Amino acid sequence: MENTLEMKMFQNLLTDFIEKEVRPIAAEIDEEERFPAEAVKTMGKIGLMGLPFPREYGGAGGTVSMYAYAVREIAKACATTAVALSAHVSLCCTPIYEFGTPEQKAKYLPKLCKGEWLGAFALTEPNAGTDAAGQQTIATLQEDGSWILNGSKIFITNAGYADVFIVFAMTDKSIGIKSITAFIVEKGTPGFSVGKHEKKMGIRGSSTCELVFENVHLPKEALLGQVGKGFSMAMKTLDGGRVGIASQAVGIAEGAIEETIKYVKERKQFNRPIAAFQNTQFVLASLYAKTKAARLLVEDAAAAKDAKSKELTVKAAMAKLVAAETAMEVTTKCVQLFGGYGYTREYPVERMMRDAKITEIYEGTSEVQRMVISGAIMK
Amino acid sequence: MKIICCLKQVPDTTEIKIDPVKGTLIREGVPSIMNPDDKAGLEVALRLKDKYGAEVTVLSMGPMQATEVIKEAFAMGADRGILLSDFKFAGADTLATSSAISGAVRALKDYDLLIMGRQAIDGDTAQVGPETAELLDIPQISYAKSVDFVKGEFVVERKVEDRTYTLKAKGPLVVTVLGDQVEPRYMTVEGILRAVQEKEVEIWNASQIDVDPESLGLKGSPTQVKQSFGKQLKSAGVTHDNVDAAAGAKLIADALVEKHIL
Repeated sequence: MENTLEMKMFQNLLTDFIEKEVRPIAAEIDEEERFPAEAVKTMGKIGLMGLPFPREYGGAGGTVSMYAYAVREIAKACATTAVALSAHVSLCCTPIYEFGTPEQKAKYLPKLCKGEWLGAFALTEPNAGTDAAGQQTIATLQEDGSWILNGSKIFITNAGYADVFIVFAMTDKSIGIKSITAFIVEKGTPGFSVGKHEKKMGIRGSSTCELVFENVHLPKEALLGQVGKGFSMAMKTLDGGRVGIASQAVGIAEGAIEETIKYVKERKQFNRPIAAFQNTQFVLASLYAKTKAARLLVEDAAAAKDAKSKELTVKAAMAKLVAAETAMEVTTKCVQLFGGYGYTREYPVERMMRDAKITEIYEGTSEVQRMVISGAIMK
Repeated sequence: MKIICCLKQVPDTTEIKIDPVKGTLIREGVPSIMNPDDKAGLEVALRLKDKYGAEVTVLSMGPMQATEVIKEAFAMGADRGILLSDFKFAGADTLATSSAISGAVRALKDYDLLIMGRQAIDGDTAQVGPETAELLDIPQISYAKSVDFVKGEFVVERKVEDRTYTLKAKGPLVVTVLGDQVEPRYMTVEGILRAVQEKEVEIWNASQIDVDPESLGLKGSPTQVKQSFGKQLKSAGVTHDNVDAAAGAKLIADALVEKHIL
């Protein structure tokens, strides 16, 4: 993929954007816990926010593989900016594109794809994390076909800046998971508010907030897909989302290795650069090989999504599991190679280590990925 | 409005080295880029297109590899691209290059504005723009930082050192643009995909342009490069702050005497 003129130009575009607008502010937005709103706008203008969608909906007409490539390249410089892109594309645009009516696609996708609107996905609740079936949010059907939504969501990526939210709710608690249903909720709908902003260990510029729904009246056009199909739609959406997060994890690992290679060539101890010590060489060699292996799994999962393969679920789970754990190992060991300087905010590796941790948790923890993989291989 | 915009593919001189023995540029492994002043010129053309709906044709000369900068121009928003590529163009100095460009522009006939970068980073001559205007016998405004179109005339802001002049001229004319005054736009993903999958670069040979063949390539080039060499590094100068004119003059005179120049 990398050697075509198309990919060379795509890489040039990404490098141009990242060096001008992403890397220069990466440390700052982490420090200030500030959402990279300007970079997100630019991502819309250059076509990243709608990359894998057809042009008739305002997309760039590209592939999931290119989108995953972009998330990875951006994450090398700034994991926060990368997750804003990933949550928007994988978790908001994709379910509208895959499950929406022609009217919903026409209404939401063009603005989402151009980055004029930002998207978010709201499944997690205080008591429904890995056990996503434990939803408490309730949507009650009204006589005229509209809905009243009540409940709350937590840890919602992009929440403070999003215009469009995919929200999951139960329509009938007595049948539980079989009643979970998805809705498209717009910012500013009366009764819908964005609550507390979470203070996090990493991806600190990402806007992660609580959502509160108090008698929110939703028109019948807000229903996404069919009543009661929400849980399977959420799981399918997360299969794609995991490709994005796995790409982010590989990007963090690659970024940390790049920074470390630069550093160990300059840093001298015992009268020679620490790159001259076999420990440094062997550690970096192992980390590089592991990261490359993770990257190949991610590329394979992205290709499975492009091919609409049934194997996407297990491939995405393997990619995310391996990429996230690799990112954590790589960044931890890179901080170690930096020594005391690596522990300071003077260098980016401590930030990368903090950012890596979330990739083992969100959009399905590593334990969930192991459940998905074992389920697929032992059925 | 029809705009022709000239682009050169150049080695990225921030990454280039000079062979210490031969004194020639080592081009191997050096990435090729769109010349920065030309990219700024393309941006000026695309801003006119955004505002007034112009058709932007980009024109380059070079080996087939130079189609890459034309594809990049497509990905930024150019409509049509032509590459002059023929061994008869090879070995051209600035005059022969200007002859080829003017021949291609004459062959294109219909245009209102010819935009070029001020100069190329691999040559720094700034001659091709003005020479092309002379050969086409049309007006020229060099060192532009912006171009607008008001009441049938092009209005050009021309920046020379610390001044900006606003000049007006009727088309067709040549404008050369300053790279450090215009921030070029990004390519777009859709632009890249369309540039590679759908758009074709037209390849023109010497017989397709309207010019005397004797004025092209090595034959048409009066300039001969005698030698290339790297800059000698000089040590940093001495700065004297808060010195009045008389004391300053004495400091300079003393320094010149010390070096036996005076």
